[in-house]
Amino acid sequence: MKYVIIGNGAAATGAVEGIRSVDKTGSITVVSREDHHVYCRPLISYLLEGKTDEKKMLYRPGNFYEENGVDVLYGVSAEKIDPAAKKVTLSDGRALDYDALCVATGSAPFVPEVKGLRNVGRVHTFMTLDDAKALEKDLTPQSRVLIVGAGLIGLKCAEGILERCKSVTVCDLAPRVLSSILDDDCAAIMQHKLEDMGVEFMLDDTVAEFEENSAHMRSGKTVGFDVLVMAVGVRANVSLIKDIGGEVNRGIIVSDKMETSLKDIYAAGDCTESTDITSGVKKVMAIMPLAYMQGRCAGVNMAGGEELLSNALPMNSIGFGGLHCMTAGSYTGECYEEKTSTSIKRLYTEDNLLKGFILIGCNDRAGIYTSLIRNRTPLDTVDFDLLKRSPALAPFGKSYREEKLGGAV
Amino acid sequence: MRVNDMKRVYVNEKWCLGCHLCEYNCAYANSGEPDMVKALRGKKIRPNIVVEEDGDINYAVSCRHCKDPICVKSCISGALSIENGAVRVDHEKCVGCLTCVLVCPYGCVREGEHGAVTKCELCLNNTVGEPACVKGCPNRAIVFEDRG
Repeated sequence: MKYVIIGNGAAATGAVEGIRSVDKTGSITVVSREDHHVYCRPLISYLLEGKTDEKKMLYRPGNFYEENGVDVLYGVSAEKIDPAAKKVTLSDGRALDYDALCVATGSAPFVPEVKGLRNVGRVHTFMTLDDAKALEKDLTPQSRVLIVGAGLIGLKCAEGILERCKSVTVCDLAPRVLSSILDDDCAAIMQHKLEDMGVEFMLDDTVAEFEENSAHMRSGKTVGFDVLVMAVGVRANVSLIKDIGGEVNRGIIVSDKMETSLKDIYAAGDCTESTDITSGVKKVMAIMPLAYMQGRCAGVNMAGGEELLSNALPMNSIGFGGLHCMTAGSYTGECYEEKTSTSIKRLYTEDNLLKGFILIGCNDRAGIYTSLIRNRTPLDTVDFDLLKRSPALAPFGKSYREEKLGGAV
Repeated sequence: MRVNDMKRVYVNEKWCLGCHLCEYNCAYANSGEPDMVKALRGKKIRPNIVVEEDGDINYAVSCRHCKDPICVKSCISGALSIENGAVRVDHEKCVGCLTCVLVCPYGCVREGEHGAVTKCELCLNNTVGEPACVKGCPNRAIVFEDRG
């Protein structure tokens, strides 16, 4: 068997490991646009913060490809797939034959067209290791940095560079930070933490026009800056599949086996859409654990094994200055809330199921809640009154405990 | 060694006294301190094994070293891995994002003291060399054995 994987991130790594769990000998070729061994993209902010280094941030050990018999083509991208000839054409003119193909192309920063943006000298995105290094090069202790976008990427960037520049201002069209995962109250807690750390915010506001070193905001304010980071959002890289008529929405449409609508072509990771089990809605859930699991599922199926992935849910664990915020699922139904001056717990239940939660400053054993969501555990089969106050195994009862603690799981 | 035949820590809840000694032995074993008093005095311990209560029943809960561990699959820093069947943490690589805490169905990975997460590593990474919770259990309720 000849396997080709387009991409070299978490999903691609999962695909390699999935293939090798079934087929030890088939040839695997990874097409890596980035000229780097697989690394952990979410760690680029920690790199700038000095909490990791390039060696430590590798996703897999240095001998990973060798150990798994993988041929990596660095610094090239896939240009076109010919599904009839089962061939991938690369940017350097080469072509690769495949028996099974996995598209794990991830996503790319979306940079909106803002008037005057092309006049800005130092403008960055913050997604890849090379992005982080380029940003680092432009930073001085005197730099005033403007970050457009108060989402996960923009805020982690802010934290990562805060001690390395004079000021960091974050603006966002939304009236709150982390608007995709938090409501107003919870967002305010995270915002205060970041403000205490020294980040300045201009929310509910957006850039109307850039000059070389300043941004004129829609509100009429003007912000001076030396370095600009555009972190508005990301878009799934779907064009390889879209170009050849494969089914695509915002992300590539895949089955529970990670098959695209095209024969012998699979897709995994941030370039795909999957069904959020807490809402039933198909959407792009660009989170690294899911990317890995999808890749692994794709790999197993590519190699003739059988694996299904049908329990995806959005979830995030993100911290700033030691304050952690965990979120999962959908915030619908009845809300149970516990609040102190430093923490908030919100659990959302509907139809006898835990649908989602927000936990800030109270993360201990949070995975017990996540597993209730993922397993769609009927809440009348556990002591949820006990569980909602404190996540533990006791509320699951004796037989669950015997099963989980009594033997290998 | 195959993943399937390895020793894990199990508790016999019939014998567990709820004395919490395992928590102290665990915290001491993983403290890096040669002296138990120094290691524990005046500190809020963060053991990798926790005694739970269900009415009159007590039992200790620690990492199951799952055969298909969701914490390892979810780790965004490559810090968690399976080594001879045991789930290990590379404390140098871990940045403390706590994604593993968010996914562990048993609540057995926790925020550590120095940025990295902490979990049971069967005392393979400390000087004890065998699970301290098992070794110090006064009623032999906690055992280290191969149950498949």
